[in-house]
Amino acid sequence: MSKRIDVSGLTAYYGSHKAIEDISMTVEPRSVTAFIGPSGCGKSTFLRTLNRMHEVTTGGRVEGKVLLDDEDLYGHGIDPVSVRREIGMVFQRPNPFPTMSIFDNVAAGLRLAGSYKKSELSDVVEKSLKGANLWNEVKDRLNKPGSGLSGGQQQRLCIARAIAVEPKVLLMDEPCSALDPISTLAIEDLIGELKERFTIVIVTHNMQQAARVSDRTAFFNLAAVGQPGRLIEIDDTERIFSNPSVQATEDYISGRFG
Amino acid sequence: MSNAVAAEKPASTLQGATLPTWSPYAIAGGSIVLAVLIGLVGSLDSKVQWGLIAAILFVIGTYVVAARIEGTRQAKDRIATSLVWVAFLLAVVPLVSLLWTTISRGVKVLDVYFLTHSMGVVGDTEPGGGIYHAIIGSLEQVGLATVIGAPIGVLTAIYLVEYGSGALSKAVTFFVDVMTGIPSIVAGLFILSLMLMWDMQPFGFAGSCALAILMMPVVVRSTEEMLKLVPNELREASLALGIPKWRTILKVVLPTAIGGITTGIMLSVARIAGETAPVLLLVFGNPFINNDPFHGAQASLPLYIYQQFAQSAGSGAAYDRAWAASLTLIAFVMILNLVARGIARWKAPKTGR
Amino acid sequence: MDISTKNPEEAPPPTPEPAAAQKPAARGATRPGDRIFLGLSRGSGILLLVIMAAIAVFLTYRASLAISKDHANFLTTFEWNTGLVPPKFGIAVLAFGTVVSSIIAMVIAVPIAVAIALFTTHYAPRKLRGPVSYVIDLLAAVPSIVYGLWGALILVPHMVGLFGWLNDYFGWTGIFSWDQGAPRSMLTVGVLLAIMILPIITNVSREVFRQAPQMIEEAALALGATRWEVIRMAVIPFGRSGVISASMLGLGRALGETMAVATVLSPDFIIHASLLNPGGGTFAQNIASKFSEATPDGRDALIASGLVLFVITLLVNGAARLIIARRAEYSGANA
Repeated sequence: MSKRIDVSGLTAYYGSHKAIEDISMTVEPRSVTAFIGPSGCGKSTFLRTLNRMHEVTTGGRVEGKVLLDDEDLYGHGIDPVSVRREIGMVFQRPNPFPTMSIFDNVAAGLRLAGSYKKSELSDVVEKSLKGANLWNEVKDRLNKPGSGLSGGQQQRLCIARAIAVEPKVLLMDEPCSALDPISTLAIEDLIGELKERFTIVIVTHNMQQAARVSDRTAFFNLAAVGQPGRLIEIDDTERIFSNPSVQATEDYISGRFG
Repeated sequence: MSNAVAAEKPASTLQGATLPTWSPYAIAGGSIVLAVLIGLVGSLDSKVQWGLIAAILFVIGTYVVAARIEGTRQAKDRIATSLVWVAFLLAVVPLVSLLWTTISRGVKVLDVYFLTHSMGVVGDTEPGGGIYHAIIGSLEQVGLATVIGAPIGVLTAIYLVEYGSGALSKAVTFFVDVMTGIPSIVAGLFILSLMLMWDMQPFGFAGSCALAILMMPVVVRSTEEMLKLVPNELREASLALGIPKWRTILKVVLPTAIGGITTGIMLSVARIAGETAPVLLLVFGNPFINNDPFHGAQASLPLYIYQQFAQSAGSGAAYDRAWAASLTLIAFVMILNLVARGIARWKAPKTGR
Repeated sequence: MDISTKNPEEAPPPTPEPAAAQKPAARGATRPGDRIFLGLSRGSGILLLVIMAAIAVFLTYRASLAISKDHANFLTTFEWNTGLVPPKFGIAVLAFGTVVSSIIAMVIAVPIAVAIALFTTHYAPRKLRGPVSYVIDLLAAVPSIVYGLWGALILVPHMVGLFGWLNDYFGWTGIFSWDQGAPRSMLTVGVLLAIMILPIITNVSREVFRQAPQMIEEAALALGATRWEVIRMAVIPFGRSGVISASMLGLGRALGETMAVATVLSPDFIIHASLLNPGGGTFAQNIASKFSEATPDGRDALIASGLVLFVITLLVNGAARLIIARRAEYSGANA
C-alpha cells in the first residue's frame, strides 16, 4: 500500500524567513530515502512539509506541490487531518502519550478514527507492536504507562503507534538521535523490515546510518547562514557515497565541512 | 473516510468533504437573523437574551451542518471551536461594558479640580468636591503596606529558595499558600480584633497592616518563581570564587531576578490598592484631608467610591463622584500593571526566559 | 524545584539526620554577614507563620466573647440582632448565601474560563493571542468595588429579562420562581462573582495549557487528530490539576468577595428556596453592611462570622492542595 511522493518547486517559510527554496524530488514507494546535510539546511522542515506538519508551527507556510500518487497535498479541499493519517511521522525524541498505557498509545490513532471493531483492536495493537519489534518486550505489561519504557523502547512504541493506522508513508525525523547505539541498531533493523510495507523517508545526521539503511539519499545544503536550504542532489545511496556528481556532496560526505 | 473506501478509490482519501471557509460566517449570520426574529416575535426585552439565543443557534447549526457534510469527528471539532469562540465573545461583553461604563461615566466630573480638592465642605448631595484626600490616604496606606509587606515577602522567598529545606520551610510554603486564600475582610477583622484589644480608634496605618498581610503571600510566590529561574550555575560560579553566600545572593542572585521581582511587587501593589473591605473596617473614611496615617481616620480611594455610592442611591452628584473616582482608581491600577509588565518584558532576557 | 541551592561545602550528606536537615546552611554560616542574612530571611518566614497563628488566635478569642453572649444558636439561627437585649444572631443565612453564590459563580465561570484559556492558547488567530491575554490580565486587576458599581448599574437591570424567562419556563422547579422583585438576588450575585473571577481562572489555566508539551501535541497531530482531539489527548490531561487549582483560587475569591456583593444584593435574613428572589446574604457582605452601625458586642459578633469564613476558606484551600497533590502523584506515576 505504499505510495510515491512527487515534490515540485516546494518553498517553505517561517513567517517572512524562507527556510527552504524550490525543492523538487521523487520519493519511490517501498524504499527508504534518507535526507542528509548540515544543521539548519532545512531537511527537517522539508520533511514536515510532506505531511503538512510544517503549517502547525507559528508562521509556517508552504508554496509548491507535493503529489501523493498524483494528488496534491496542498490542493484545494484537502483536509490536513486526512493527509496526516496517510503519512505518519516519528519524531526526534520519543513522545508517547504520557497519560496512556502502552496499549492505549498504539490504539490511539484507531480510536481517533473511530473505524474499528472492539475485537480487532487488540489484534491491530499486537500486529503493530510485533511490526515494531516490541511485542516480546511489552506483551506482559500492555496496561503499564508507555513512559515507563526505555528511550529505545519508547521510540519503537511511537513507531508502532504510527504504523497501527496503516499509513502509506512513514516520515522519520532523526529517530535515533536521542538513543544509544544498541537501540539505534534495533531501529535501523526495523526500518529495513518496514520498507516492505511503507514508503520511508528518514532525516539523519549520521552518514553511516544513511548509508546503512537507505536506498536513495538526498543531500541538502545552504549557501550561507540565513539563506534558504536547497536540495543539492538526490541519487542512489551507493552513488552518493561513492561517486557523487556534485563537489559539495563529496566535501560533506568526506568530512571536509559541516 | 473509512479504510474500505480508501482501498477502492485511493484518490478520495485525502479529500474529506469540507465546508467552504465562509460557512461559519454564514451560519453565524443566519443564527443572528433568526435570533432577532425570535426576539421580536417573542417580544423579549433584553438584548442579552437575543445574543444568547443567537449563540445557541450558532452552536447547534454548526454541529448539524458539519455532521451532515463532514462527519461526526469534524463536527465535534467544529462544535468545540464554536463553543470556544462563543465563550470568548460571551466573556468579552461584560468586560467591555465594564470598561466603557467606567470611562463614559467617569469623565463627567473628572478634572483637575476633582483631583486636587477634598470633600471637606461639600455636602453629600451637592456637586463639587474631589478626591484629593482619598488619593493622599490611598498613597500613604498602600505605600506603608508595601514598605512592610514587600521586604518580608522577598526575604521569605529568599529563605525558601536559597536556604529552605526541612520542616520550617515546608510549613512556610504551606501557610503561604493558605494565606493567599485569606479574604481581605478577614485580614481586616484580624487587625480590628487587635485594635479592640487596646481600644484604638481607626487610623491609616491599621489599614496598611491589613493590606500588608494581603500583599505578603503574593510577593513570596512571585519572588520564589523568579529566584527559581536564576540558573544554579550562576550561584556556583560565584561561590566558587570564594564569595560568601549572603553576598552571592545580594550581588548575583537578586540582580539577576530583580526585574521579575519588581513586576511581582508592583502587581501586588495594584491588587491591594483596590481593596475596600479592610479599609472600611480600619481606616473608617474622612471627608477632610488627613496627612498623618498614624493618627485619626483617613480616606482612601476605594472606600471613597463605596461611600459616595452608598450615599447616592444611584444618581446625583455623589454618584458621579463615585464613577469619577472609579476611573481614577482603575487608571492608577492599570498604569501600575502596564509599567510592571513593561519592566518584566524589558528585563526578560536576563532571567533566561 | 530541582534547583539545588547549596554549595558543595554546605551540601548535607545524602541522608541527613532530621536535625541536620533543618539548618544545613547554619553550619556553613560562620561569617557574621551570612548569619545576619540567614537570620533575617528565616525570621521573615517565621513572622509569616506567627501572623497566621495570630489571625487564628485573635479571631477565635473575639469570636468566643461574642458567642458566649449569644442567646441563640450561633450556627442555626436565622437572624442577626446584635443590638437586642439579649443579643440573638446566627450564621445560617450567611453560610447558605456564601456557599450558594460561590457555587453559582463557579458553575458559570469555570467552563467559560477554560474555554477562553484554550482560545488564547489554541484557537485565536495568532496575532490576537497576545493582546487577548494581555487584556484579560488587566481585567484581573480591576478593583472589586468597580465591579460592584457596574453590577448595580448595568447587570441588575439586564437580569430582568433572564429572570422572567427562567420564571416562565423553570419557575415550577421552585429554584427559579420569581416574585417580580428587583433582581438583586443570589443568582445576580453569582453571575457578578462569575464575571469577577473569570480573569483569574483564565490566566492560571492559560499558563498551564501553554506548558503542555509541544512534542505530545505533535504526536497527536501526526496521527491525524483534529484540533479538538489534540486538545483532548495532549492538552487537557496535562492541564487538569492546574485548572483545579485555578478554580480553587477563583472559589477563594468568590467566597471572600465583599464590596461587589454588598452593592448588588439587597440583603435580608431569610433563606429563599428561589435563587431569583432578593434576600439572603454572605459573610463578607454582612460584615461590610453591618459594621458601621455595630455596637462593640456587634463587632465581636461580626468577627465571629468572619472566623467562620476564615475556616471555610482554609478548608477550600486545603482541599485544593490535596487534590493537586494526589493528581501530581498520579501523573507522576505515569510520567
